[in-house]
Amino acid sequence: MTTTDNSGDVRLSGISKTYGSFTAVHPLDLTVPQGSFFALLGASGCGKTTTLRMIAGLEEPTLGTVHLGDQDVTRLPPYKRPVNTVFQSYALFPHLDIFENVAFGLRRRGIKSVKKQVEEMLELVQLGEQARKKPHQLSGGQQQRVAVARALINHPKVLLLDEPLGALDLKLRRQMQLELKRIQTEVGITFIHVTHDQEEAMTMADTVAVMNAGRVEQLGSPTDLYENPQTTFVANFLGTSNLIEAEVDSRSGDDIVLKAGGGKLSLPSARCSAPAATGGKVLVGIRPEKISLTAAADAGEIPEGRNRITGRIADSSFIGVSTQYVIDSPVCPEFEVYAQNIDRDARLVPGAEVVLHWNPAHTFGLDAAQDIDAGVESVEEEAA
Amino acid sequence: MPFVNWLKRHLVVIAGLLTLGYLLLPNVIVTVFSFNKPKGRFNYEWQQFSTDAWGDPCGVAGMCGSLGISLQIALWATVGATLLGTMIAFALVRYRFRARAAVNSLIFLPMAMPEVVMAASLLTLFLNMGAQLGFWTILIAHIMFCLSFVVVAVKARVMSMDPRLEEAARDLYASPVQTFLRVTLPIAAPGIAAGALLSFALSFDDFIITNFNAGSTVTFPMFVWGSAQRGTPVQINVIGTAMFLVAVLLVLASMLITNRRTRQKA
Repeated sequence: MTTTDNSGDVRLSGISKTYGSFTAVHPLDLTVPQGSFFALLGASGCGKTTTLRMIAGLEEPTLGTVHLGDQDVTRLPPYKRPVNTVFQSYALFPHLDIFENVAFGLRRRGIKSVKKQVEEMLELVQLGEQARKKPHQLSGGQQQRVAVARALINHPKVLLLDEPLGALDLKLRRQMQLELKRIQTEVGITFIHVTHDQEEAMTMADTVAVMNAGRVEQLGSPTDLYENPQTTFVANFLGTSNLIEAEVDSRSGDDIVLKAGGGKLSLPSARCSAPAATGGKVLVGIRPEKISLTAAADAGEIPEGRNRITGRIADSSFIGVSTQYVIDSPVCPEFEVYAQNIDRDARLVPGAEVVLHWNPAHTFGLDAAQDIDAGVESVEEEAA
Repeated sequence: MPFVNWLKRHLVVIAGLLTLGYLLLPNVIVTVFSFNKPKGRFNYEWQQFSTDAWGDPCGVAGMCGSLGISLQIALWATVGATLLGTMIAFALVRYRFRARAAVNSLIFLPMAMPEVVMAASLLTLFLNMGAQLGFWTILIAHIMFCLSFVVVAVKARVMSMDPRLEEAARDLYASPVQTFLRVTLPIAAPGIAAGALLSFALSFDDFIITNFNAGSTVTFPMFVWGSAQRGTPVQINVIGTAMFLVAVLLVLASMLITNRRTRQKA
């Protein structure tokens, strides 16, 4: 893709939204490059939908500007912006049939012969047969596809998706995730997708912005966010992280040596987002699937140079592809470990003494001044 | 026993038919007596079959004139009340303003107030203002009492409307005017139509308020009431039957149109 065409870039500069004394979005700078699949991820009430609505023009920013390509659209009403939205509730017009719903945008722009385009678009979303039905006669998944078709037919510069899969059941959601990804690759339009589902964001998007309390916590590719979280919120909200409070002991080469409990842990200094002065505190993080478990009796067989922690298995649950252990350790009362079910050691049952060990390169360091549980509650609330 | 079983199985149908009969019997009587040829001035006893009255519906002095006045008033009252009522309903649902709650309950007052009281107070008002009683005072009074019914009917509809629908329209290149005409209005239409029909029916047959504020103008209900003192011409039944038939035809037509549409779409 050439860099000359940037008409589908979305540039938010210092954009913010306040309602009375409540700040929904704090001043925010964000650039979404043309043709990318961008996700705004966060728990409900974090300001992601407000941000989306400001791009659509349905909400006027209190401060800041919105640019599409080189055009400042901040003061343009929604019907003059080359941007279309797929709403969470789909918002299909109940008094119009599927054909007319899809044709709506074309007709409003004064295009007379819409038949061919509408039929092609309905084919793209596999709803050619349903053209003359009313929205309420379709299933949820079909309505969702109509909503996408109704927006895409206008060839917008940017397509905004506001939790478009929230109302679908799990299986259909998976299917639609792939479907949307396929459509995006096919049409090459910039997609901005708002979701609270971290798996959905990671599956679909090239770039994810994690939002929390009206601010972007971190922005990056799904892999980058998962492997190198910069804040405890991101570490906990995207997947699961084990976070340990540790004290900076010394430096050895490119590594920081930390004291946690009785033992020492090694952390590559490049992977520490916090200032690590000797004697200061940092939070050490490690993802549960990076950890290996070895029975305490075999501790001698663990290769040198790995980070180790001792503990006792408090609980284990077998979930097919893996077994999830909860380890009670002096440094962290509920250490989570996911082990692939390849060679299962029969000694690893609740009550067994074990050694947890991992490659230090997988360790990440965070600023200890943060709430260690940030992002944990919000995930559980969403599930409840 | 077979009879009891049969009864059990068809109880709902029987009850339904009886209720329908109860509702329609007065209309049947009106229709039957429109073909009567009464002796004397009162049309209360069946004498013999005749189509005289149907052949000459305006044969009674003043009746068709009063019918015309009633239809005109009903039409304009419907237009006025529907326009105002729809706007009030939208304002009450969409906007947060001071005294919104008060307006919300005040709007019900005309529905709850005894008509006689309202009629008398309206008359006092008109006399104090020095207004000439007649067509216009009747129209103003009718618009007033029809308003609440329109507001109630439209409000229910607007309240159940998803505000995202209008956002979606704006998002899909519809200007504010287009959004209103293409999305808001069509979705609110059933509520507006129900309010309009109610207004027409209420205005057309209103007697009490009209009688107080009519001056020398005579509407159809007033004519019927007046003539009932002196004798009831068969033509009253003819007009009544005709109104009933028009209503039935309208309902049938709308049902046919809806049916055909659904069949085409399916």
